[in-house]
Amino acid sequence: MKKILSFICVLALCGAVFAGCSAADAGSSAVQSSSPAGDSPSAADGSSAVTLSGIVATGGSTSMEKVIGALGEAFATQNPDVQVTYDPTGSGAGITAAQNGTADIGLSSRALKEEEAAGLTGTVVALDGIAIIVHPDNPVSDLSMEQLKQIADGSVTNWKDVGGGDAEIVLIGREAGSGTRDGFESILDVKDACQYAQTQNATGGVIATVASNTGAIGYASLSAVGDSVKTLSVDGVTPTEATVKDGSYQVQRPFLFVTNSTAALSPQAQAFLAFAQSPEAAEIISAAGAVYPG
Amino acid sequence: MKEKDSVWRRLSKLTERVMNALFFLCGMTAIVFVLLITLYLAAAGIPAIREIGLIDFLFGPEWKSTAAAPSFGILPLILTSVYGTAGAVLLGVPAGVLCAVYLAKFAHRRAARFLRSLVDLLAGVPSVVYGLLGIIVLVPFIADVFRLASGASLLCAMLVLTVMILPSIISISETALRAVPQEYEEASLALGATYPETVFKVTLPAAKSGVAAGIVLGVGRAIGEAMAVMMVAGNIPNMPGLFKSVSFLTTVIAQEMSYSGGLQRQALFSIALVLFVFIMAINFLLHAVLKKGEKR
Repeated sequence: MKKILSFICVLALCGAVFAGCSAADAGSSAVQSSSPAGDSPSAADGSSAVTLSGIVATGGSTSMEKVIGALGEAFATQNPDVQVTYDPTGSGAGITAAQNGTADIGLSSRALKEEEAAGLTGTVVALDGIAIIVHPDNPVSDLSMEQLKQIADGSVTNWKDVGGGDAEIVLIGREAGSGTRDGFESILDVKDACQYAQTQNATGGVIATVASNTGAIGYASLSAVGDSVKTLSVDGVTPTEATVKDGSYQVQRPFLFVTNSTAALSPQAQAFLAFAQSPEAAEIISAAGAVYPG
Repeated sequence: MKEKDSVWRRLSKLTERVMNALFFLCGMTAIVFVLLITLYLAAAGIPAIREIGLIDFLFGPEWKSTAAAPSFGILPLILTSVYGTAGAVLLGVPAGVLCAVYLAKFAHRRAARFLRSLVDLLAGVPSVVYGLLGIIVLVPFIADVFRLASGASLLCAMLVLTVMILPSIISISETALRAVPQEYEEASLALGATYPETVFKVTLPAAKSGVAAGIVLGVGRAIGEAMAVMMVAGNIPNMPGLFKSVSFLTTVIAQEMSYSGGLQRQALFSIALVLFVFIMAINFLLHAVLKKGEKR
């Protein structure tokens, strides 16, 4: 009797386990199938005549990961048959990829150099403003580009040398390989020479550290900076979306879509390029932490 | 009736066999995963060590993975991990063991139950929360007390690790203390020893191997911790100093993996391999300690 009972129990348990599986499966598949169904009307709106399909291969700047990810996702919801791929190889490799055709669109977080510009078209899809932040109690509110450079490379180590109180400067940066770090160091031309006191591996970490240390200075994406820290003006220009757009705020860099001007783009890549410049993309780009240039 | 019985027996034998196979498979998955991880780490980690050179890799004094002329020496990282863990053990073991002694032998039953639930809660706090508290409270506090420009330092990491290893030391030591046969204590008391003397000179030595197991587990947790440490240690690969900003073996992997490529990525796998060897050594130590305890 006991055996029979236990056997039934085991059977019931097995049944329950599998029932759980199937129920979960059904649930997830329902979710999956519902999302394309829900989005199909908007897709029909977006491209009324032609349905695009295929792959848009992009690759390059690691700093552009967020922007390209957000744009690609939004584009793919409008055109369910198109897949936007992204290969984080660095700006140089992205430009090369556009040149030799291994990517439809190369991504570069710096302007094209003269020798690169031949045969290539660079389209600015976003601007990346980098805010210089200090502790709210710091009396300094403006630094020149030269002073910033000296602080970064360690030739100035005390706030009193740049108009502040007598306190050691604590430079907080991002980890090696970060796009923001790469941007900051390349704009100030202090690559491999930065004398960091600390590195944090997220924008939030930098902001929290700067907010808790009166001698700290750090950098972060403009969109991420809140009230907990003080944002410095550079050469007298306060960083805002407007000053980044008109180019007067200097600690900024462009995000480029690089395309080969000698070879024709695939229809889906063309559509993606147009989408990235459309007013529709403005919100997506600013949500991803960059400034829409248009 | 007999026929029915034999059918039933056959059926139950079949079930037994099926369940046996099922349990065998479940057991194997764990082993297979460990083997796969070991093999993968070895395969991914050895090429870079070969390219850099074992001596240059393990004893190189500079880690500059993204410089124009990169250098991949992990001596500062190894030393930092060892110092950080040693510091945490130095601070955490006395506190943890004494806490366990209090909980097991001195505390009122109700107080002990309450405190034990607090210790369990401490064990359940996610490491990122420790890190966040570290950034906001501990780092400025250290900077204030020692008059440093920047508080993020090896000392901070040690303190955070100390708190993180306390729960495992306390709960395992306490279990070991409770498992000591009451006759030992009764004999000691009958011989005229006071209660505290009995606890520290009889019970605690008798629970030695359990306490040691707790400590070794704590060491394992300390050396493998990345998130909380990354938030308070400063993350500059300096040679370790108590007030210097430092990088651990774990934090370098966690920080650089997402952007890395080429030799840098391979070198990060090599670091993972080194870390894995450390953890293996600690596990073997744990087994040795436990075995020795059993023998006695």
